[in-house]
Amino acid sequence: MLIFYQYDIAFFGFGQAPEISIKLDGDDVRKTAKIRSEDGGQEVHYLFYDGEPVSGTVNIAVKKRLDHQGIRIEFIGQIEVYYDRGNQHDFVTKVKELAHAGEITQNTSFSFDFQQVEKPYESYIGTNVKLRYFLRVVVVRRLSDIVREMDIIVHTLSSYPDVNKSIKMEVGIEDCLHIEFEYNRSKYHLRDVIVGKIYFFLVRIKIKYMEIVIMKKETVGVSPSVFTESENIAKYEIMDGAPVKGESIPIRLFLAPYELTPTMHEIANKFSVRYYLNLVLVDEEDRRYFKQQEIILWRKQDKAIRHTFLEESEGNEESSPSPGSSTSKG
Amino acid sequence: MNSGGNNGSGSSSTSSGIAATQRIPPKRQTLDEAYAPPANFLEIEVLNPITHGVGKTRYTDYEIRLRTNLPIFKSKESSVRRRYSDFEWLRGELERDSKIVVPSLPGKALKRQLPFRSDDGIFEESFVEERRKGLEVFINKVAGHPLAQNERCLHIFLQEPVVDKSYVPGKMRAA
Repeated sequence: MLIFYQYDIAFFGFGQAPEISIKLDGDDVRKTAKIRSEDGGQEVHYLFYDGEPVSGTVNIAVKKRLDHQGIRIEFIGQIEVYYDRGNQHDFVTKVKELAHAGEITQNTSFSFDFQQVEKPYESYIGTNVKLRYFLRVVVVRRLSDIVREMDIIVHTLSSYPDVNKSIKMEVGIEDCLHIEFEYNRSKYHLRDVIVGKIYFFLVRIKIKYMEIVIMKKETVGVSPSVFTESENIAKYEIMDGAPVKGESIPIRLFLAPYELTPTMHEIANKFSVRYYLNLVLVDEEDRRYFKQQEIILWRKQDKAIRHTFLEESEGNEESSPSPGSSTSKG
Repeated sequence: MNSGGNNGSGSSSTSSGIAATQRIPPKRQTLDEAYAPPANFLEIEVLNPITHGVGKTRYTDYEIRLRTNLPIFKSKESSVRRRYSDFEWLRGELERDSKIVVPSLPGKALKRQLPFRSDDGIFEESFVEERRKGLEVFINKVAGHPLAQNERCLHIFLQEPVVDKSYVPGKMRAA
């Protein structure tokens, strides 16, 4: 797969700005990943994990002599909050000097190598916040620097969570509607399946249908100035019609088709992304009865990457919790 | 009952392969539960508009007929007569005491009460019918609301022979 990172700005009257491109080592075998871009489209970039080295070459193609005060490449991990655009928070910065002040008269390549780069957080593009990693080449010049950037995507992996109880709860409106709901886990990986059921103890309203909504809540900032953005990722109808006492409604909701990210909690004290399952019952007068329950989403290790953990995570994964073993009342 | 993925861990390669048929074993529904009449029966009709009185004190009232099996209602069947202003009273009480957003009534017909009309004004048959339908929609929405069902004023309105406007507001408890 070929990806071009050439953002050429043709300065008016000078058609001779140097072409700067960044080529990563092993880019022919490196995986790519998609991410939702700010304008709603999709961007594809190379995929990295925490600790992996980032190395490659910078190619500078000149059309005529290029005077400069130094050339450097930076690896940056950055959080940008949209209502505060000018003020970015860099949580990782690594700099390599490529050349001292001088001039470039012909096409030149510089190799760079950032060893064991810390990438503690997952790339994320949200409604109010963006966390991204990129390489930036800066050619320092007297008037205006020439800057080229190349984005990469970082995924954070988790192993199978130690504690993964089912969620079981009895909720309702007194003398009106009593239900018990159960989800087989509290932590799901991004391609997991939510298996659950709803059991009706008491139904004194005329229910029209019932659905499960996956809700994403993005919280940006620290109190008291907190911005929360809720988004319904999925609506999934699990029941059509009015049940009576004693009925059980099965739930099986596949997460893979939806655009989900792992749950992110207090990333660099800047933002959080949380997911909730919202169980909604709608009655014949369109009144809505609901119960929200947070679930933790995590990114499962790809089997090809970490062979050592394969057995362990597989073993845990398939043993589904025994029903009724863990009950939380709320 | 299919309890799915508890045993097939070794053979199946992907977790979704198991999860595709997995389910939490349901509790068995008893036959009594399955065949008993539903416990959510509540029907309210607004019918029989009758115009009473003469001259300036003329007014129309409607029969409110209720049938239910909800235990919160004192009697399972009732029939009372109410006029538009009683509906307004109910709406006012609910708006004040309960925390629900009360639906609106069919509009008040001020213009129809002006003198020297060519028709019967607020006693015109088509108008009464339109209003009856609106009141029926209103009272069904209100009476079906779980929070409104706790309010004493709703029960007075639906089931007491006379609306006692100096009642003590309060909550109902199911018997």
